[in-house]
Amino acid sequence: MAESAEQAAGGGMTEYIHHHLHNLQWHVGSGVFSVINIDTVAVTLLLMAVFLGAFITAARRANAGVPGRFQAFVEMVVVGVDELVRETFHGSSKLIAPLSLTIFVLVFMMNFMDLVPVDLLPWLGRASGLPYLRVVPTADLNTTLGMALTVFLLIQYFGLKHKGPRLFFKEMFTAPFHAHGFMAIVLAPVNLLLRLIEEAVRPVSLSLRLFGNMYAGELIFILIAVMSLGAGLAHGMTYVMGPIQGMADFVWTVFHILIITLQAFIFMMLTVVYLSMAAEHH
Amino acid sequence: MNINLTLIIQGLAFFATVLLVMKYGWPPIMAAIEDRQKKIAEGLAAAERARAELKDADARVAVEIRQARQQAAEIIDRAQQQANQMLDQAREDTLAELNRLKAAAQADIASMAQRAREDLRDQVAKLAVQGAAKILQREIDPAAHRALLDQLATEI
Repeated sequence: MAESAEQAAGGGMTEYIHHHLHNLQWHVGSGVFSVINIDTVAVTLLLMAVFLGAFITAARRANAGVPGRFQAFVEMVVVGVDELVRETFHGSSKLIAPLSLTIFVLVFMMNFMDLVPVDLLPWLGRASGLPYLRVVPTADLNTTLGMALTVFLLIQYFGLKHKGPRLFFKEMFTAPFHAHGFMAIVLAPVNLLLRLIEEAVRPVSLSLRLFGNMYAGELIFILIAVMSLGAGLAHGMTYVMGPIQGMADFVWTVFHILIITLQAFIFMMLTVVYLSMAAEHH
Repeated sequence: MNINLTLIIQGLAFFATVLLVMKYGWPPIMAAIEDRQKKIAEGLAAAERARAELKDADARVAVEIRQARQQAAEIIDRAQQQANQMLDQAREDTLAELNRLKAAAQADIASMAQRAREDLRDQVAKLAVQGAAKILQREIDPAAHRALLDQLATEI
């Protein structure tokens, strides 16, 4: 790791960190928005393919007989998610449980890329001619916000479907402050404002929570890697910092296993809660 | 880190994944799980039923065995009683036969003794008459002395 860090660094610590936090980008057109982070998209699509391949294979092979190890594992996850959803959401919906499962597994897999040694894939990438490579899709705000916005749209669709358009739009003006007559008219804009803020805050908090955790986690891995930046066998510090770095890396990896699982779970759970709330009548 | 076109791609890719999972992944797995649950429930119920039936059968068998034992005991009792009765009957019959034979023999003996005694008496009477005739030296007219002779015979 130290070696590749040295190669990557070129111009010291700042350069190394900056390099690691730079996406492999493709400028489709002009302007800030017409840029695609190729690495994020590629890793995401790869993980999605792995997930879908495994899951749909399991679904095709699924039968009521004695399950094999793989099927038992998939079913364990499915049943776990299904029970969680049933506890929270008391209606019937074909969308909410599969959505939750997808979020949990996909976010977990994307977070898991953080546990791959921080220099390994960029080093391989550079060997195959890629100048930059960030492999944790959830440490890219585009991914988390993209998912959160999809969830946001699904919440609106869910609310419309379960309440009907009349009640859906009526509640924008009548909840959370209920009133009659003149006061109802006075409170209508207040209610609308609160509703808009509430709705807007959800995707923001959902995406920033996950992004923040993963970005920070990635950054700490980078900072741990920096400990032995520029180390060589001739330097005394290499022998001091090497074991410390190894230890720190181990501790943070173990701790990060908890974080990535927890963040995937939180993203899923909040989605379920938001969807349940959208279906509830006030 | 900046927001760019990746946002849209990631959002759409995520949505597509959700749709695929919802359409092709979730339903078969859930159906399989529910099927299996039903099968397991049925299996458990069947096992429970079989156990109950076995218990019933055991109870029935026990009752039948008890009844059979009772019947056997009754049959044996009755047979013994019959045997005893037959034995008693035979003994009684034998005793009765014995008594009858004894009585008949005794009656024979008595009649023969009587006859002998009468024969003896007749002979004695005859001898007495002959004796008396000798003593008197003359013929006693049996007809004339019939009464006398009979009296003598009775006295002997």
